[in-house]
This record gives sequence, structure tokens and C-alpha cells, in this order.
Amino acid sequence: MSFLEGAMLALFFTLPFAIYRLVRGPTLPDRVVGLDLITTVAVALAALYAMVSGQTAFLDVATALALFAFLATLGLARYIEYRGQKGE
Amino acid sequence: MLELLVYALVAGGVFFLFIAAIGVVRMPDLYNRMHATSKAGTLGVGLILLAVAAFYQELAVAARALATLAFIILTAPVAAHALGRAAYLSGVKPCESTYVDELAGHYQKNHRLTSVEKAPPKEP
Repeated sequence: MSFLEGAMLALFFTLPFAIYRLVRGPTLPDRVVGLDLITTVAVALAALYAMVSGQTAFLDVATALALFAFLATLGLARYIEYRGQKGE
Repeated sequence: MLELLVYALVAGGVFFLFIAAIGVVRMPDLYNRMHATSKAGTLGVGLILLAVAAFYQELAVAARALATLAFIILTAPVAAHALGRAAYLSGVKPCESTYVDELAGHYQKNHRLTSVEKAPPKEP
């Protein structure tokens, strides 16, 4: 296993932490933070795989994923603000 | 030599993403957790994208990696600000050991977005 593959494997072990926050909450913005970290790690994994596989098309995957994550966070933030004062 | 630089950047990126993952679990409230993901997470993924630019020494690939890096650096604070503002306005409380709330009194009690205020009243 090369160094870069080891780095990808190490990054997979950050996902349970983010999924824990996504599942446990306790509030809706907490879950959005967990989702945000998952997509950040996914962008890093796509960039690493672009080096491991030698296919630079995975960089485009990383770009699209970053754009999607930004729009999703903005949309969820707008929904949380729109919903108003309501605890979960 | 350049290979060493790539390995150092990747190791730093994985390290900071781990710091972000630990922070998102261990920090006491939402605002501290957002601090962990938006700063350490952005730094981690940025270091890995720099490693990609150094690994492929071609202009086309480096430009794409650096453009992604610039996009993430530009959008991460915006997303964190929008989410933090929404959480504060929807009444998410900071943790017990927070003494100073500098935003207190700067927003009206029943803050609503304008599109909500203009919405037609519900039929009874």
C-alpha cells in the first residue's frame, strides 16, 4: 500500500466522527455541521484519488462536490432561519 | 524532493481533517463545533489540494486544483456565517461556560425573513 492509499484509508476513519454528529444532533444546525464535514472529507478523498488513480477527472468531481456542499449548506441555513424559533 | 513535499502536504491535510473530526464530536456547543469544521476542515482540504497541484506539474491540472482551493476558501466562511446566523436566530443556546453574548439586543425578538412577513395569511 502506497503512502497516498494509506492517507485515503486514514481519511475514512474521520467519517464515523462526522456521522456521529449527524445522527446524534442534538439540534438541526448540529446535523448540518456534521453533513458539512462529511462533504469536506469527500472532497479531500476525491482529490487524493485523483493522485492515486492518475486520472485528473476526479479533480472535477472534487470541484462539483464543493459547489454542491456550499449550496446545500446555504439552503439548509435558509430553511433553519425561515422555520424560525422552534427547538428540535 | 518534490515527492517529499507532496507527502508532507498530504500528511498535514489528513492531520487537520482529523482535528476537525475530533472537534466536531468533542466541542461543547454548536458554535464551537462550527469553528472546528470551518477552520481546521478548510485548512486540511486546502493542503490536500495543494498537494495535487504539486504532484501533477501541469498547468491544466494545477489550475483546476487551485481554482477548487480558491472556491473553498471563498465559500467556507460564507456557509459558516449563514449557518451560525440561522442557528442564533432560531434560538440555539451557547454552552454553559459562555458568559458574553455580544449579539444580544442587536436583533429584534421576533426576527423573520422578509419573505416570511410578506407571505399571505393562512386560511382558517
